[in-house]
Amino acid sequence: MTLLWIPLLSLIGSIISSMTGKLTRNQSTSLSLLMPFIALCITISFAPAVFSGEEVRETISWIPLLGINIAFRLDGLALLFVFMIITIGILVIFYARYYLSSKDSMPKLYSYLMLFMTAMLGIVMSNNVIQLWFFWELTSISSFLLISYWWYKSEARKGAIMALTITGGGGLALLAGLLIISNIVGSYSLDVILASRELIQSHNLYEVALILVLLGAFTKSAQFPFHFWLPHAMAAPTPVSAYLHSATMVKAGIFLLARFYPALAGTDIWFIIVSLTGMTTLLFGAYVALFKHDLKGLLAYSTISHLGLITLLFGLNTELATVAAIFHIINHATFKASLFMATGIIDHETGTRDMRKINGMWRYMPYTATLAMVAAASMAGVPLLNGFLSKEMFFAETLHQQLLGSMSWIIPVLATIAGAFSVAYSARFIHDVFFNGDPIDLPKEPSEPPRYMRVPIEILVALCLLVGIFPNFIVDDILTSASFAVLGGYVPEFKVSLWHGFNLPLLMSAFAVTGGLFMYTQRRHLFTFQASLPPLNAKKAFDNSIYVMIKWCQRKIGAIENGSLQRYLMLMFLIVLLGAGWPLFEMHELVGTKELTPVSMHSAVGAALLMIGAISTVIWYRTRMVSLLMISVVGLMVSVAFTRFSAPDLALTQLTVEVVTIVLLMLALFFLPQRSPKESSSMRIIRDISISAGLGIVVGSICYALITRPFESISNFFIANAKTGGGGTNVVNVILVDFRGFDTLGEICVLGIAALGISKLLINLPLFMPGSDSEGRPWARERYPILLASISQSLLPLALLVSVYIFLRGHNLPGGGFIAGLITAIAFILQYIAHGSNWISERLTINYRKIIASGLAIALLTGVGSWFFGRPFMTTWFDYFDIPFIGNIELASALVFDLGVYITVVGATLMILAHLGELTANAPKEEVNI
Amino acid sequence: MLDTVILIVFAMIGLSLLLNVWRLLVGPSVPDRILALDTMYINSIALIILYGMNMGTELYFEAALLIAMLGFVSTVAVCKYLLRGDIIE
Repeated sequence: MTLLWIPLLSLIGSIISSMTGKLTRNQSTSLSLLMPFIALCITISFAPAVFSGEEVRETISWIPLLGINIAFRLDGLALLFVFMIITIGILVIFYARYYLSSKDSMPKLYSYLMLFMTAMLGIVMSNNVIQLWFFWELTSISSFLLISYWWYKSEARKGAIMALTITGGGGLALLAGLLIISNIVGSYSLDVILASRELIQSHNLYEVALILVLLGAFTKSAQFPFHFWLPHAMAAPTPVSAYLHSATMVKAGIFLLARFYPALAGTDIWFIIVSLTGMTTLLFGAYVALFKHDLKGLLAYSTISHLGLITLLFGLNTELATVAAIFHIINHATFKASLFMATGIIDHETGTRDMRKINGMWRYMPYTATLAMVAAASMAGVPLLNGFLSKEMFFAETLHQQLLGSMSWIIPVLATIAGAFSVAYSARFIHDVFFNGDPIDLPKEPSEPPRYMRVPIEILVALCLLVGIFPNFIVDDILTSASFAVLGGYVPEFKVSLWHGFNLPLLMSAFAVTGGLFMYTQRRHLFTFQASLPPLNAKKAFDNSIYVMIKWCQRKIGAIENGSLQRYLMLMFLIVLLGAGWPLFEMHELVGTKELTPVSMHSAVGAALLMIGAISTVIWYRTRMVSLLMISVVGLMVSVAFTRFSAPDLALTQLTVEVVTIVLLMLALFFLPQRSPKESSSMRIIRDISISAGLGIVVGSICYALITRPFESISNFFIANAKTGGGGTNVVNVILVDFRGFDTLGEICVLGIAALGISKLLINLPLFMPGSDSEGRPWARERYPILLASISQSLLPLALLVSVYIFLRGHNLPGGGFIAGLITAIAFILQYIAHGSNWISERLTINYRKIIASGLAIALLTGVGSWFFGRPFMTTWFDYFDIPFIGNIELASALVFDLGVYITVVGATLMILAHLGELTANAPKEEVNI
Repeated sequence: MLDTVILIVFAMIGLSLLLNVWRLLVGPSVPDRILALDTMYINSIALIILYGMNMGTELYFEAALLIAMLGFVSTVAVCKYLLRGDIIE
């Protein structure tokens, strides 16, 4: 159970942080730090077991039929990432306390950060690929929220959208890839997938799956040509960049490469794609970084370049390269996070990030400068720092590969050139910012930041130094166990040490350093050369392609969805006609084997009335009022037909719904034109008549075919079990509140949501109110006819009594909460009609929202109640009691549920009708004087 | 005996319903039509009660009760609309 707590605690932390708005900044920070800290302790407690080669697993069965479980595992690789994610997360939270200005919302940043942390922890610990993908998408969404933290800045919004589009698109590719792989091995479990290397790689679809998974990884890890979202994501606050672009977000793609390394790597196609992409990204990033004047822009491209380096290492066909890749993941996370934080301090203190303005900071903040310079030196790969060690390993491994056959020697050369560029931009970072003369019109007078703002950087820089000087002491265990996990149970002999003797890699390092420094001193020429290149604007291209895509979609949507209800209905009915009509042609006989019952005279009259009502509704459709009266005939006859065919529950419901509908339509009719103009052309009428007649023929035939055949339905089960299982003799009601109680719960929720939605839509709706009726006669002057007022008032108690009666008997005889609710609502609506809303509000203050909420709560709590008795959700309970004077009665928990239904129906119906009615109460009315 | 009476009454009520619909169709004024619909509601009460008697069951009584009690609410709403346009003022 404890493994699950690691992501769960961070999720809880996210919720806690979001609620710390009222606290002081220190309290908010301490509270936010609490949960990750506990999670870190739990992680550490697992470390010895993982180091000894164990893989900790935890599985909670969720949808076992689909093979979907909540499954976590902690092996060396996951442990390394969990450790980095939480540690750097804690440092970032601490740092953000001092970074954010008093205007920025701290709880918002913290809760997003922790949500992101949860997502990352979920990715690295998942043992189920669907679950992994879910968390993968969660990182896309939470990074979107983080990047757009300063939502009022246009570039933050645009950067966030770009990151979401690119990584989200990659996420889709990843999903497809994972589904293909799961299909090949027949399981979503990562354990199974990682163990089925031969099966996957011999499958026809291996290449497709590999490319899809790599697309996911490359988009996330900002590999060329998907790198361009990363620099734009720099619009985020610096703590966010420090977190996302050092240890987490972009490392998720790298993690994916490492995670699937045992299953997917080892083939030529893997090495070619991965190494070439890595190499391109490494060179491109390192080159562009040199020319960025923005501090964070430099770091962004440097991040891209280092990610390329790691990717390239995964693409080199040696085990030691993989070890080096993992080592560089650690090192890059430490020095890059500290560099971002230092940049944040500089930005904070000077008010700008432009390196052309920031110069000579050494004099203003020597302490921060020292820290930043150490970190930058590590980025450049200077000895005694951790960056040197992994870069050295990288150089060594480039010498050992045979990727390009006889042209393989080019890779170490390119690696050295990339190394030189990285020295050059690191040198620029150090020299431009901290030395190089005086600052040029800074918005602020810089000074050292608050003491504690530097603490996270100090810790990280100390780590850089410690790892750089005593590599075996610090990282040996974690590196070994992570490599063990990636290489699938085999670790090559490796020794990370500072001094390997005079060898080729050392020479390459020396070349890189001297070349880089030379390049930096000659940078003027390079800058001139760069300026002469045609500008490459990825953002513009991205914006354009998005624009074209949106336009295209809008055109396509507009062609189908033109806003005409008639068109939609026509399309829907046509589809129904084809779908339902087609099977009828394949049926040989329409009439089934059942005996037909004789038609009684009254049934024939009823049917005739029904048809007359329906037809005349259509004929008079342009005179709305008459049409409405005609359709009332249909409603009435349907109710009578329900009675005739032994469905009293339906008859009661239909009758009450009928009344409510008429009131609703009368309310709406007031605002609509009294007559519709004649619009349809003759051709259109022919078309519409054909479609509707066809539909009538098809549906009528289906019904006839169905009722003339012996048909076994589920209803026999309900009839047999209603009394014994649900305790009621009214099967309809027992189905509603017991057998299908969960459906009913969903339905009343929908009802409540609809009522709320309608009342919100009606707020401040400007409507035209006609001053006279359709014939132009002015309205009558008597608002509340006295006769109606007195009758309606005396009807109210009677109607309430009937509704109580209908409600109580519902379980055994026709009735129930829904019908009773409608009766109550109608009785109240009548009062509104007879007396007006003001009269009601003087006597009764009702908050319909609260009524709906309490109804839903009652229904839900009744369902939850069964948990306390160890039963599944919504198990009903009933028993029989002898009560004095009343006699033996049955009490059922379903009755309480039904009460919830009743209250919700009353609240929702009244809310809709009363709000519609009140529209006119506030609006000025066009009065016609006589 | 009762069965025969019920059958005759069925025929009479059926006829009156048809006549109601006739009035509803020809109008001529809207109040004519409203009255026709209201009368149809009342005849339906008779029809349902009669059917219950014919079947020898009380199950349908509540349907008739609801029409009697609430059926006129729609008539009221329509009339209020004719008078004032705005039914809830």
